[in-house]
Amino acid sequence: MSTAMNTHDAHEAGAHHDEHHDTGSNTVFGFWLYLMTDCLLFASIFATYAVLFMNTAGGVSGEDIFDLELILAGTAALLFSSITYGFAMISAHRKNKAGTLGWLAVTFLFGACFIALEIYEFHHLIVNGHGPQASAFLSAFFTLVGTHGLHVTAGMIWMVILMIEVAKTGLTGRAITRISCLSLFWHFLDVVWICVFTVVYLMGAI
Amino acid sequence: MSGFLGKLSWDALPYDPIVITTLCVVAVVGAIVAFLVIKNNLLGVLWRDWLTSVDHKKLGIMYIVLAFVMLVRGFADAIMMRLQLALATNGDPGYLPPHHYDQIFTAHGVIMIIFMAMPFMIGLMNIVVPLQIGARDVAFPFLNNLSFWLAASGAILVNISLGLGEFAKTGWVAYPPLAGLEYSPGVGVDYYIWALQISGIGTTLTAVNFLVTVFKMRTPGMKLMDMPIFTWTCTWANILIAASFPILTAVLAMLTLDRYLDFHFFTNDGGGNSMMYINLFWAWGHPEVYILVLPAFGIFSEIVSTFTGKRLFGYKSMVWATASISILGFIVWLHHFFTMGSSANVNAFFGIMTMIIAVPTGVKLFNWLFTMYRGRLRITVPVLWTLGFMVTFTVGGMTGVLLAVPGADYVLHNSLFLIAHFHNTIIGGAVFGYLAGFAFWFPKAMGFHLNVKLGKAAFWCWLVGFFLAFMPLYVLGFLGMTRRLNHTDNPDWNIWLYIALCGAIVIFAGIICQFLQLFVSFRDRKQNLDTTGDPWNGHTLEWSTASPPQFYNFAELPIVSDIDAFTDMKEKGTAYQRKESYAPIHMPKNTSAGIIMGGLLTAFGFAMIWHIWWLAIASLLGTVATFIVRAYTKDVDYYVQPDEVAQIENEHLDNVAKG
Repeated sequence: MSTAMNTHDAHEAGAHHDEHHDTGSNTVFGFWLYLMTDCLLFASIFATYAVLFMNTAGGVSGEDIFDLELILAGTAALLFSSITYGFAMISAHRKNKAGTLGWLAVTFLFGACFIALEIYEFHHLIVNGHGPQASAFLSAFFTLVGTHGLHVTAGMIWMVILMIEVAKTGLTGRAITRISCLSLFWHFLDVVWICVFTVVYLMGAI
Repeated sequence: MSGFLGKLSWDALPYDPIVITTLCVVAVVGAIVAFLVIKNNLLGVLWRDWLTSVDHKKLGIMYIVLAFVMLVRGFADAIMMRLQLALATNGDPGYLPPHHYDQIFTAHGVIMIIFMAMPFMIGLMNIVVPLQIGARDVAFPFLNNLSFWLAASGAILVNISLGLGEFAKTGWVAYPPLAGLEYSPGVGVDYYIWALQISGIGTTLTAVNFLVTVFKMRTPGMKLMDMPIFTWTCTWANILIAASFPILTAVLAMLTLDRYLDFHFFTNDGGGNSMMYINLFWAWGHPEVYILVLPAFGIFSEIVSTFTGKRLFGYKSMVWATASISILGFIVWLHHFFTMGSSANVNAFFGIMTMIIAVPTGVKLFNWLFTMYRGRLRITVPVLWTLGFMVTFTVGGMTGVLLAVPGADYVLHNSLFLIAHFHNTIIGGAVFGYLAGFAFWFPKAMGFHLNVKLGKAAFWCWLVGFFLAFMPLYVLGFLGMTRRLNHTDNPDWNIWLYIALCGAIVIFAGIICQFLQLFVSFRDRKQNLDTTGDPWNGHTLEWSTASPPQFYNFAELPIVSDIDAFTDMKEKGTAYQRKESYAPIHMPKNTSAGIIMGGLLTAFGFAMIWHIWWLAIASLLGTVATFIVRAYTKDVDYYVQPDEVAQIENEHLDNVAKG
């Protein structure tokens, strides 16, 4: 009941300063809902990986090809990038434009390291004949890890565009809303990666 | 390497006389429509007021136009199949060769579910839901326009397949390995993949949009358990969309990788597992049928309570029954393939879960009956559809419970009994519901009434035609006739196939009545204007607006304290109050970004289907660029000034006073 009243009050407050059309909270909530749909996309691919990971068609399995040290480095880069994004968020709320841009740049670099390592890993596997065409296991592996990688890449492109916006127009309400959405996206990808790291690499290498 | 136009060559053009005739008819009709638009100088109006509109009411109307166009296409497929099966008996090959017939039954299924039923449902939801919750628009109006164009893009791709190349010959489920590259090397499955993928992403965005709308933009005073029942059922449908369409996106992407890049998800070799496709497909596909039918249940609830002049019986149980159906809908998918070798215990679990769904559905049926009990039901066209539904859907539901028994399913699986069952629920449930909603909200959306006689004629033709067309299929199922047969050679089946064709012809008469009704009603619209905005003495907020509603919906957000908010206002005498002054209203501006992105993605889908890689890359980059440009456009909104609002409101209130 109290929750209902709170929503009600908040709504009424929103109705009064409708002039500003403060849709920031709607946008963040909508983006969060989108992330839930994305989460189910990953869940479907995880389920497929779980069904197919033993179907190596006489070829290599996870323990033959995973280089855990390389993955550890990539994981560290991605997890640190979440922390640095957090610092960017704090700077943005303090209206510190230079700090926001700086931390976003650091986050971008960590993301770039992660993607570089992933490309290296994929390239290495493909030239050794362990490409996604080799077996159902490798198809599922490349798709699961690659889908995450594509998301990170999209996040990095978004980050660059956001940095240009912030540099040009400053930390406007719209920019902060967008930084918050990208923040959700970035941390979400970290959570997905922790699942990938555990299910694919750790469980696969043991 | 492929050439400049990829796999596209002169061979892609049709040689079949039936297809060529169809294309000629489409070309002539298209030319006439284009001529009328240009002659009446409507091109600018069409572009400014409709195609680029972000108004949920106009988008809703465009969705329903799309649904009607695709209904004609899908029904043409249906009657061709029935005619083939009535002719191709006793070993006669009929007039449709198997390769053509297979495309027709695939196209029929895809079109009717994805491009007829879904746009119809989403169209009604667009028109009604924001009005029912007292909102001025949806949460993200531009996204709403984009969703429409993604749906249209998929529909365009399906229709292009008629003239260029072929459509899938796999059935609407496109199971691999048949849908894999080895057994379907042509472009048919690729048309299927891209049409569903593009429109499916649009549907997901719609769900996100409407969920934010109902959770964040309800008018002051409206708690969740005060929302009108149609809004509630749409909300559950949207939750189902958000939870199930990503599975479709994923499984189609995997099939794409199998076909385009030689992956081994579902292939026979390389360790692929085609059962994984079937599981994922139905993990989307089963919730999908509830996405279609739950809003229809909401429509019937609104109609029953409006035309009995009573409150809906058991509002809360209706909401919770909808919730239970939604959740149970996710744990029954395996009943689509009981025969594929799961253990007896697994089959038993899914069979029992399926049967349990009949319980909340029964709750709904009794709620409608109890709402009618001791009410004075006005027999209008929407009510006829509702009564027809209650009888028809009950039959379909019971055959569903029968099929949910794994043992019975082993006998009836893949037979015409199954075909009869799901048409019984989808036509008797969803389609009757949408046509009821169409008749119910038409005066609201368009501002004039539909012709009643033709509406009743359409209903009776549909109802009689439905029973004539599909009851024989139950019999044929018991007689052992399997689905997707191109020709038969069993004299015992013939009479039932002839009756089914007669039924299809009667349904055809119903569709003609429906279109005649539109034509006659439009012709006589001046005599049948809905001046009050409340033609049925409605319960909910959409009836408090003018017909068609003011473009800003509500001059002032209404403050509500009852489920039947408008009835409450009328009883308290607070409805139709003139205000001294109005505040300016903040509104979104129309944008061409949606139609441009839809067009570019159509080009992208087409390029992917025909392996025209340069076009695929260019159109995808163009889509992303358009989106970024749109994201940085500052000029996206404006204010409606108080004197304009006052003028519109006073005009409406004068009309109400006169009426």
